[in-house]
Amino acid sequence: MRADQILHPTEAGLYCPPGDFHIDPVRPVPRALITHGHGDHARAGHGAVLATAQTLDIMAIRYGADFTGSRQVAQGVIRIDGVSVSFHPAGHILGSAQIAVMPDRGPKIVVSGDYCRAPNPICAPYEPVPCDIFVTEATFGLPVFRHPDPLSEMARLRASMAEFPERPHLIGAYALGKAQRVIALARQAGIDGPIAIHGALERLCRFHVEQGIDLGPLVPATADRVDAQLVIAPPSAFASAWVQRFRDPVIGFASGWMAVRARARQRGVELPLVISDHVDWPQVTQTIRELNPAEVWITHGTEDGLLRWCEIEGRTARPLRLVGYEDEPE
Amino acid sequence: MRAFARLLERLAFTAARNAKLRLLRHYLEQTPDPDRGYALAALTGDLKLRAVTPGLLRGLMADRIDAQLFALSYDFVGDLAETIALLWQGDGDEDVPLHQAVAVLRDTGRAALPGAIAAMLDRLGPSQRLAFLKLATGNMRVGLSARMARMALAEMGAPEVRDIEEIWHGLTPPYQPLFDWIAGGERPEQAARAPFRPVMLSTPVDLDQLRALDPADHVAEWKWDGIRVQAINDGGTRRLYSRTGEDLGQAFPDLLEALNFDGALDGELLVRRVGALGSFGDLQQRLNRKTVTRALLDSHPAALRVYDAMIWQGADLRDRPLQDRRALLEDADFGSDRIDLSPLLPFSTWDDLAALRANPPDPVIEGVMIKRRDSTYVGGRPRGPWFKWKRDPMVVDAVMLYAQRGHGKRSGFYSDFTFGLWDGPDLVPVGKAYFGFTDEELRQLDRFVRQNTVDRFGPVRAVAPRLVLEIAFEGLNASARHKSGLAMRFPRINRIRWDKPAAEADRLDSLRALIP
Repeated sequence: MRADQILHPTEAGLYCPPGDFHIDPVRPVPRALITHGHGDHARAGHGAVLATAQTLDIMAIRYGADFTGSRQVAQGVIRIDGVSVSFHPAGHILGSAQIAVMPDRGPKIVVSGDYCRAPNPICAPYEPVPCDIFVTEATFGLPVFRHPDPLSEMARLRASMAEFPERPHLIGAYALGKAQRVIALARQAGIDGPIAIHGALERLCRFHVEQGIDLGPLVPATADRVDAQLVIAPPSAFASAWVQRFRDPVIGFASGWMAVRARARQRGVELPLVISDHVDWPQVTQTIRELNPAEVWITHGTEDGLLRWCEIEGRTARPLRLVGYEDEPE
Repeated sequence: MRAFARLLERLAFTAARNAKLRLLRHYLEQTPDPDRGYALAALTGDLKLRAVTPGLLRGLMADRIDAQLFALSYDFVGDLAETIALLWQGDGDEDVPLHQAVAVLRDTGRAALPGAIAAMLDRLGPSQRLAFLKLATGNMRVGLSARMARMALAEMGAPEVRDIEEIWHGLTPPYQPLFDWIAGGERPEQAARAPFRPVMLSTPVDLDQLRALDPADHVAEWKWDGIRVQAINDGGTRRLYSRTGEDLGQAFPDLLEALNFDGALDGELLVRRVGALGSFGDLQQRLNRKTVTRALLDSHPAALRVYDAMIWQGADLRDRPLQDRRALLEDADFGSDRIDLSPLLPFSTWDDLAALRANPPDPVIEGVMIKRRDSTYVGGRPRGPWFKWKRDPMVVDAVMLYAQRGHGKRSGFYSDFTFGLWDGPDLVPVGKAYFGFTDEELRQLDRFVRQNTVDRFGPVRAVAPRLVLEIAFEGLNASARHKSGLAMRFPRINRIRWDKPAAEADRLDSLRALIP
């Protein structure tokens, strides 16, 4: 079977004809395989969902228990009609997985979803899966992106908290994954006191704790008086009246985009923290070299840079130009 | 260099003045000499290094990265120095002392410069690379004025800002004697000729307060609407300083050339054409220019209107009473027709003066100055001897069109408002105001914005045009940069007209008619 008979882009997302399923479909489909729980990859309303146990739990938290007709936990090699699939850790967020699609005859395709190779205290590390075709994101697909050690970013946060002890530090972080990682990193960096969290993070933080991840003492950032110098909130909260309860706050934002000043300025932040859950340029190029697949398919992001690199390296690559995936979802 | 890079990064993203001051003060307190001095000079624009061109930087990258990847990266990042800092291959993370980096950029010959810059970049981590390249291109862009730098210095020790301003122009990087003085050592000798001297400032006054004073003890003169300056010729060394000690000479070579006297005069910098003064807008055309064209010198000639004398013909007059200094000036020859004396106003009662103030003979007047006849010239803003009685502001009723969220203490509040006036059936934006209201009013305005939002652009919201704001401002200039064709000076919200329908706000025509 040819590669594009096994997997090809459609308006709903990547579709696998022999298994009659979509991967991370952006609209409701009868059968969906989901790499991870971010809203642009995991949507409600499918007939059946196959995903890791944690991703299924996250979807139930976000969309309610009836987010899908039926659900199946991904474990081991699973046969779906004419193909076999298996799930492997992607190192992006809790429960995130790459999906290997293995036809009986034809190339093995690994859809990596969003993935990251930097150590992350809140999820299992990325696992290289040998394949013939590697489907990769290119969120940070330019050589300017070399994410620093996240602990050095935490040192900058601590320095700012010491320099401005009277000012609350409000750090914007996406509710699923980034927020918990920032909290866990803050703990690693020696911030032991209570950390306040915005109400929109409460349920997902609790889920991480239930999964055995130590986030230390958390207090709600909803009271009129918040007794914590460090406050984590989803970026959307900064446009709301919620932020008015803080006196002269230092507004920060934790994202890979903060590596570029113009992006940080657009956000209007005072303390940009370069913390990313995506592969940066050295990681994505190293991963492609390591796996050495016959072909690289690029799903979304700044794919022009990665395509040019593949060309220079003499690698076969094509953009899938999938629509509907955000750089970094809210 | 690591601390310097951190400082630049924090300053670049910090809007609040006090936070900037604290960042700089901490840096200066924690950094050894001579590095802190070089950092200070870099921030105040006093560091003279070899000019590193964009062409040189591009050349560095040419054989280091694929041209297409470079172009894609530059396009995404938007800043050449930043693109190179991010792209540079290397795991260097050395904390190179700033003075070493400065030495490379100051002492390396033209031919060896690209290699020397590359070698330095190899030693540095990413954020230091950016700091080094910003140093090299001389473009710090961190929004810190020399005045603020001196305020940070003043916070570090006993000397006051005006003491530091007074000796600033005699100092050269890395300012070792200055830091020694701040740490409690000897005050540096004033080495420079034509030094800046602290300017005497006035306090605001109104008619009620004036009634408690005897008019006979005071003189009055017009408050001209230009820029307060100190003009000096000290044995042939000519200087033109702003009232905070910035050297303005480069932008006003025509006036410098006209300082054919021996002394230090206090006056107003104006644009003066034959028979008429230029507006403040005309003067702005001349400000902040590194070079001035012949055409601009001809169309916008600079002039000085003298208020006072600090030094005259070798004598320091500052301890003498104003009337004596004035008498000297009345008889003085300033050596150029670009310089004249600001006339005194005839009055015997405060009501006489009020009448004069209400009908100034020239549009380039922003009020009257009232000074005690016996006042000595004291730097700073002493309360009592000198008063300013400004003309009442102009007001206009405008409609709020856009609102932007504030920073720092106003985080989360919509506190910066763009307002407009009617032009036919449309509202045309005419200005922006972000103060003039109380904390309670800010909460009310914020609530109005949230409830009347019709569109969003990042941190900016467009609001339904239904709230009238009474805007007070100090003057108007014609401006090609604004859609409305005019620019307000010092606009602020005087009153919120919750009661007034938007349709009754003022028209653009009526504002245009006020342009002098």
